[in-house]
Amino acid sequence: MADPKDIVIEFIQSKSKQKSKFYFNDLAALFPEMKMRDAKKIINQLVSEGVLEYWSSGSTTMYGIPGTGKQAATEGED
Amino acid sequence: MAKHATPLLDQLQSGPWPSFVADIKAEAERRHKNDNNVEYQIPVDVCDDLLGILELSYKDGTTHWKHGGIVGVFGYGGGVIGRYCDQPQMFPGVAHFHTVRVAQPAGMYYTSDFLNQLCDLWDMRGSGLTNMHGATGDIVLLGTTTPQLEEFYFDLTHKMNNDLGGSGSNLRTPASCLGDSRCEWACYDAQELCYQMTQEYQDELHRPAFPYKFKFKFDGCPNGCVASIARSDMSFIGTWRDDIRIDQEAVAAYVGGEIQPNGGAHAGKDWGAFDIEKEVINLCPTECMWMEDGKLKINDRECTRCMHCLNVMPRALRIGNDRGLSILVGAKAPILDGAQMGSLLVPFIKVEEPYDGIKEIIEGIWEWWMEEGKNRERLGELIKRQGLAKAIAAVGLTPVPQHVMEPRHNPYIFWKEEDVEGGWDRDIADYRKHHQR
Repeated sequence: MADPKDIVIEFIQSKSKQKSKFYFNDLAALFPEMKMRDAKKIINQLVSEGVLEYWSSGSTTMYGIPGTGKQAATEGED
Repeated sequence: MAKHATPLLDQLQSGPWPSFVADIKAEAERRHKNDNNVEYQIPVDVCDDLLGILELSYKDGTTHWKHGGIVGVFGYGGGVIGRYCDQPQMFPGVAHFHTVRVAQPAGMYYTSDFLNQLCDLWDMRGSGLTNMHGATGDIVLLGTTTPQLEEFYFDLTHKMNNDLGGSGSNLRTPASCLGDSRCEWACYDAQELCYQMTQEYQDELHRPAFPYKFKFKFDGCPNGCVASIARSDMSFIGTWRDDIRIDQEAVAAYVGGEIQPNGGAHAGKDWGAFDIEKEVINLCPTECMWMEDGKLKINDRECTRCMHCLNVMPRALRIGNDRGLSILVGAKAPILDGAQMGSLLVPFIKVEEPYDGIKEIIEGIWEWWMEEGKNRERLGELIKRQGLAKAIAAVGLTPVPQHVMEPRHNPYIFWKEEDVEGGWDRDIADYRKHHQR
């Protein structure tokens, strides 16, 4: 199996013109043969490594590549 | 002199009730005085600017907050809710005004030492404003800046031995009633189970991977002091399988007026003599109680655990001895489809360490919801969309009469192929021998 990191990054970059934040379901769908709670471990590992970061509205959490999207620059958080 | 004139907010103080405006003004003044010489790590005028931006919102009729963000502490996807204002030049004190959720102790037992520590920490690293408690039941600390988050988290975990709560698409901070610690009606140790499940599911609490929020709440008995049946996706309500224990002497004492009903809770007014027929027997929703030869009788088979008789006569009627809990699923507040109460999933399960039976149910539901749930779809909405039968199958249970809300509501029975002899395949030639076209 290809490196999960590559699979996720390739997917996010292929969509980067449309959006910068993704639901967990969007990313878990990249690992169809895996149980959701196992996919969670992989995706969270990528967050720990700094490949992905969380974005939370308070009620819903999404995932993106650090620094992408407008918000980081607007709030001076980059 | 206030930093911003707030005539609209001032009007809110004019009513007879305590006012959050008065509280924020008092905190603003206290911060400026700084009698305790706190080394403030965020702007001293955070409370003044909070009043200012709120006044502007009232004037403009629109919010000036931008909700959501990438803020958090390392490794956690929940516990901090980013909030920024869209007029940072006008209100620099609240340019960042992030909310921090902190786990409350089970049953909300605090020591004054803990509260002092928490308030001191939040005075220094936040606005000093708190919300005890948020709708989910956790400690909500209002207003800090991004650089303070890690510092706050370090002190919270290392010095106070506490942790952040849940937010986002996480398991939210579990909540329980007082349980065994003070209540004779507790059918299981609600605080212990709440604590054990919190520890077991740390990953789900801090690292979001659900379609949306998910709440656990633990009620020791069907009185439901944390209202788990209405407020949690998965509700654990204590119950018993055997009979209500009756002390006939105490029943007679209630009837004779020697013991006050409801533990004397309504003694402030003269309601007349206690009338067991009117106040207990006739109020039983399933009409399963009656008096016979001066003795109270209960047909326990019909009891639906409304708790009314036990509440009115606590010395005469007590919960049964064969205790456990019921699990209900799918309650939610009204964002989509209106509010929903929980539906019964497990009528009875014993509460015994290491709680494997309960964990199996929890994990079965999660796997189904994570697989089938749409983004931002609560468990209750998925159950409504696919049917309770799917939820029952997901946890490996077979349907029982308690799963039926009302008889003859839905006349269709959907057979599964494996339940039908010969499956869906049939010999059409053999069929045509007996049935013409």
